Amino acid sequence: MRFKTLGLAALGATLLASAVATPPVGAAEEQFVPLLVYRTGPYAPNGIPLADGFDDYMQLVNLRDGGVNGVKLAWEECETQYNNDRGVECYERLKGMGSTGASLVNPYSTGITYALIERATADKVPVLSMGYGRADASDGRVFPYVFTMPITYWAGADVMMQYAKKETGGSLKGKKIALVYHDSAYGKEPIATLERLAKEEGFEFSKFPVAHPGLEQKATWLQIGRQLRPDWVFMWGWGVMNSTAIKEAAAVGFPMEKFVGIWWSASEADVVPAGDSAKGYKSLNITGVGTSAPIFRDIQKMHADGKGLADKANIGTVLYNRALVNSFYFTEALRTAQAKFGKKAMTGEQIQWGFENLDVSQAKIDAAGMTGLLSPVKLSCMDHEGGGSAVVQQWNGSEWNAITDFIAPRRDALRQQYEASAAQYAAEKGITLRDCK
Amino acid sequence: MIYREAGQFKSSYGADQAIFPILQDRIAVAIMLAIAVVVIPLVAGPYWLETILVPFLVFSMAAIGLNLLTGYCGQLSLGTGGFMACGAFFAYKLSTAFPELHIVLVFLLSGLGTAFVGILFGIPSLRIKGFYLAVATLAAQFFLVWMFNKFPWWNNYSPSGVISAPPRAVFGDFYLTGTQATPEIKYLFLLAFVSVMALLAKNLTRSRIGRSWMAIRDMDIAAEIIGIRPLFAKLSAFAISSFYIGISGALWAFVYTGSVEALAFDINRSFQVLFMIIVGGLGSILGSFLGAAFIVLMPIFLSNAPAALGLHISVELVSHMEFMIFGALIIFFLIVEPSGLARLWQIGKEKLRLWPFPY
Amino acid sequence: MPIRTISIWMTGVPLAIAAIGFFFSFLASLSPSFYFTWPYFLEVLSAGLLQGVMYSLVALGFVLIFKASSVFNFAQGSMVLFAALTMVGLIEMGLHWTLAFVVTAAVMVLLAIVIERVVLRPMVNQPHIIMFMATIGIFYFLDGFGQTIWGSNVKVLDIGIPKDPIFVLTGLVEGGMLVNSFDLVAAIVGAVLVAVLAVFFQYTRIGRALRAVADDHQAAQSVGIPLKTIWVVVWSVAGIVALVAGIMWGGKAGVQFTLALIALKALPVLILGGFTSIPGAIVGGLIIGAGEQVAEVFLGSLVGGAIQDWFAYMLALVVLLFRPQGLFGEKIIERV
Repeated sequence: MRFKTLGLAALGATLLASAVATPPVGAAEEQFVPLLVYRTGPYAPNGIPLADGFDDYMQLVNLRDGGVNGVKLAWEECETQYNNDRGVECYERLKGMGSTGASLVNPYSTGITYALIERATADKVPVLSMGYGRADASDGRVFPYVFTMPITYWAGADVMMQYAKKETGGSLKGKKIALVYHDSAYGKEPIATLERLAKEEGFEFSKFPVAHPGLEQKATWLQIGRQLRPDWVFMWGWGVMNSTAIKEAAAVGFPMEKFVGIWWSASEADVVPAGDSAKGYKSLNITGVGTSAPIFRDIQKMHADGKGLADKANIGTVLYNRALVNSFYFTEALRTAQAKFGKKAMTGEQIQWGFENLDVSQAKIDAAGMTGLLSPVKLSCMDHEGGGSAVVQQWNGSEWNAITDFIAPRRDALRQQYEASAAQYAAEKGITLRDCK
Repeated sequence: MIYREAGQFKSSYGADQAIFPILQDRIAVAIMLAIAVVVIPLVAGPYWLETILVPFLVFSMAAIGLNLLTGYCGQLSLGTGGFMACGAFFAYKLSTAFPELHIVLVFLLSGLGTAFVGILFGIPSLRIKGFYLAVATLAAQFFLVWMFNKFPWWNNYSPSGVISAPPRAVFGDFYLTGTQATPEIKYLFLLAFVSVMALLAKNLTRSRIGRSWMAIRDMDIAAEIIGIRPLFAKLSAFAISSFYIGISGALWAFVYTGSVEALAFDINRSFQVLFMIIVGGLGSILGSFLGAAFIVLMPIFLSNAPAALGLHISVELVSHMEFMIFGALIIFFLIVEPSGLARLWQIGKEKLRLWPFPY
Repeated sequence: MPIRTISIWMTGVPLAIAAIGFFFSFLASLSPSFYFTWPYFLEVLSAGLLQGVMYSLVALGFVLIFKASSVFNFAQGSMVLFAALTMVGLIEMGLHWTLAFVVTAAVMVLLAIVIERVVLRPMVNQPHIIMFMATIGIFYFLDGFGQTIWGSNVKVLDIGIPKDPIFVLTGLVEGGMLVNSFDLVAAIVGAVLVAVLAVFFQYTRIGRALRAVADDHQAAQSVGIPLKTIWVVVWSVAGIVALVAGIMWGGKAGVQFTLALIALKALPVLILGGFTSIPGAIVGGLIIGAGEQVAEVFLGSLVGGAIQDWFAYMLALVVLLFRPQGLFGEKIIERV
């Protein structure tokens, strides 16, 4: 009994103590970036290289350049476990840290992005959902603080279709395309676009939802492999769903060369568990692959000096590179903002201006040593997507290889789609469109 | 010393049956409410209000609902997430279809709708019992989430299936949802709403219907023999429980997160609420609050503790430790006091009555 | 099982399958968009049955523990994950997979002993719901513990099971019938495991003691059967079953956190078969596996797909309405 009481008392005391303690605050002239990571939980295999990429890039900027124009970067990781409420909690906990507050949030989860759009807009913190989240947030008039560069899911669907069309000899008329998708907000994103393209291009489009988490796809692939027998299969998968899909596709003998995944079905963690079955599998990517870009020399050197933060095995993996590019966009936006507001730590509002006036030209990419890792983007008040593009890569059994150049989506029709959808959101929320002059 | 009831005489059955028969309790509750209404909004920052107190209150509501069914009527349910989804989507459809409808009315109506769904899925309980029934409610869980996810009518044909709450005011300019809503208003509204609903629930359990639930829980055949209709008792428990859970789902989507997709109400949500009532105490309204506080606070506490103590541990390890400590704590609590936190509270009160004397 | 039951099943099952098939072919004759051919139907059915064995593998672990201690072991899923993680970890350290299997099995036995000492023993005589809750505690603990030791990255578990598609009956039907070779191996392993367990329970001393405990705790204890040892044995066997399930599922999907979720797929199987019956777990697995695949393929497209999750539960629910104790569960007798 004594032991029980003591234990309970100790528990109560620690609870109280933690309630009183306040989180530490960053130093004066630092640019603070909250990092919402998922190094554990069902999507940890994807979350770990992402988080490593962020850590390494910011460490590199601080060590090699002494920060951005003398302003050091500060960051704090917060574990979300890919869980929406934990993501909100992390955001709220970290948004006030640093001398100017959070300057950018990268949720890396479509669900968390949705949950943060309103909060971040109210708090004037830019959200960079790089290749995920709401596609219609590309309309900067309705979503001033949300950025979707370099490319959205809808644009990704267009790129996929363009690639399939080219490979099929210039026409998809009468062909069959199947979409295998995670049955969630994320997976449903491309459907409207693909349905429109099906009408325009004359192919037959059928969709196969896969229930979360995606361990069960036997029925799906029996339908695809034995009944429908499509010419192409596109996939919007996530986590364990990807490797399972590849295995089941192999089990019904579907050719991997005709199987294209979106950029979230494109990492090493998605194909390695499928073993040899994955050889020949293709996917889109928004960043270049491999470690050939000059920046990797600096990163390797940093690691040789024992100052790298990432697991070495993750350097150069698809998601690590994506995080590098993401951080690069951020430092460029910071630089742009500093050019207008002075060389000090920027507030979220100033960073937002920096993003809207961001112009990542090929020259800037080369100067940063990121050649081949990304395509140029240029944002404006209207356009928060910035005209980026995607490559198609193929898994050869041990590594990814890019098999095309960056392919640009055809944005005219997409832009109409964005605006229509954003207008519906604005009407529901009672938002008046921002005037973009 | 101060917690003595000597000299407090009751001259009517009504006074004897009051929820707080002891004067000190009434004072304590009044003080607590005063602190909750006046002090907390002034002292707590938006972080505390938004990410701890608001979800705590929403979860308390869900826990009360489940406790009515599982704790009072003894029907184990794992469909909580599905019923929360019902509430959220009903509220969304109602508030977008009838923009002039008052938000509180929207919540209550969506609760009513959920109650109807609850009755529908409660029918198997007339024949199936125990863990077998739990699986029947799992059918509700999976089916409902699938339905809201699958048919775009529920989310007004939004391309991604995510619903987001339209801006609505409680009265005048006090917005409860949307970008203009402040954490203080959200918190105060929830506090008032949940307090009233909790009081209702407490009184319900002390009424004829509540007693019939408990009779069914303790032994349904015996209850039937003494003239309690299991059909009515069980289905009313399902209905009222779903009513509470549905409202909590609507509050979750509208007040807490602001936008939500059907998958947010997956099976883990059901387990979360079930943990709350088991940790807090089955068959106790107070326990629902305590359990909700424990489950909401504990992970946040565990993930913040190392940083607060000045330790620099990688987030991975913290998160793994969080799992392990959480699991160990559940086992520890069950060994120490299987009837939950509410029982601990009661023991504490008994002790306090006698303190400082041993007898 | 009495001969009568077996003969009822032997005739009933083919009849039911044929009836469903004819129903679908009737639907197909009504609407040209409804795709149905007999070979395709049988292909889906066989894939579903093989899948069902995989569910049974997980469900078996639940049944073992429920039989002996009336505890619904929520942690079975995380035991699967933990076992698979340990095994992969050992293989990565350079052990041959057979050796790694033996070591992991030993670890699972150790785990069973610890669980009995730390969790079960202090909780004797608590209501079922509390024991259930305690296993949820174990679930969380094991999840965190396994990941702390072995990391959260996805791991490949390959012990050389073939994965290529096989086509059978190529002479009879055009294009042949597709069978997944990995699932076939898994089904054989599952069948062997069940046979071994059946022999173990029927003919060994411990097995008899176990059945006695399952029948009546008190009576068993009063004739001198040590309850604590029995619990350790049961949890150990459940741990080893979890290991086999982990190897099979890990080989399919890679070893990672999500494996712990497959326990959810075992629930409808348990309900359908009854919590206390080993044959029930097998038959339940087969029915659920076949039922949900057939439903998803032929009916899913009519309502938008991804129905197999709830369909499994609905199927179980419908069966429960007629037999509240599951197909093979012990009849519930209630007295005041």
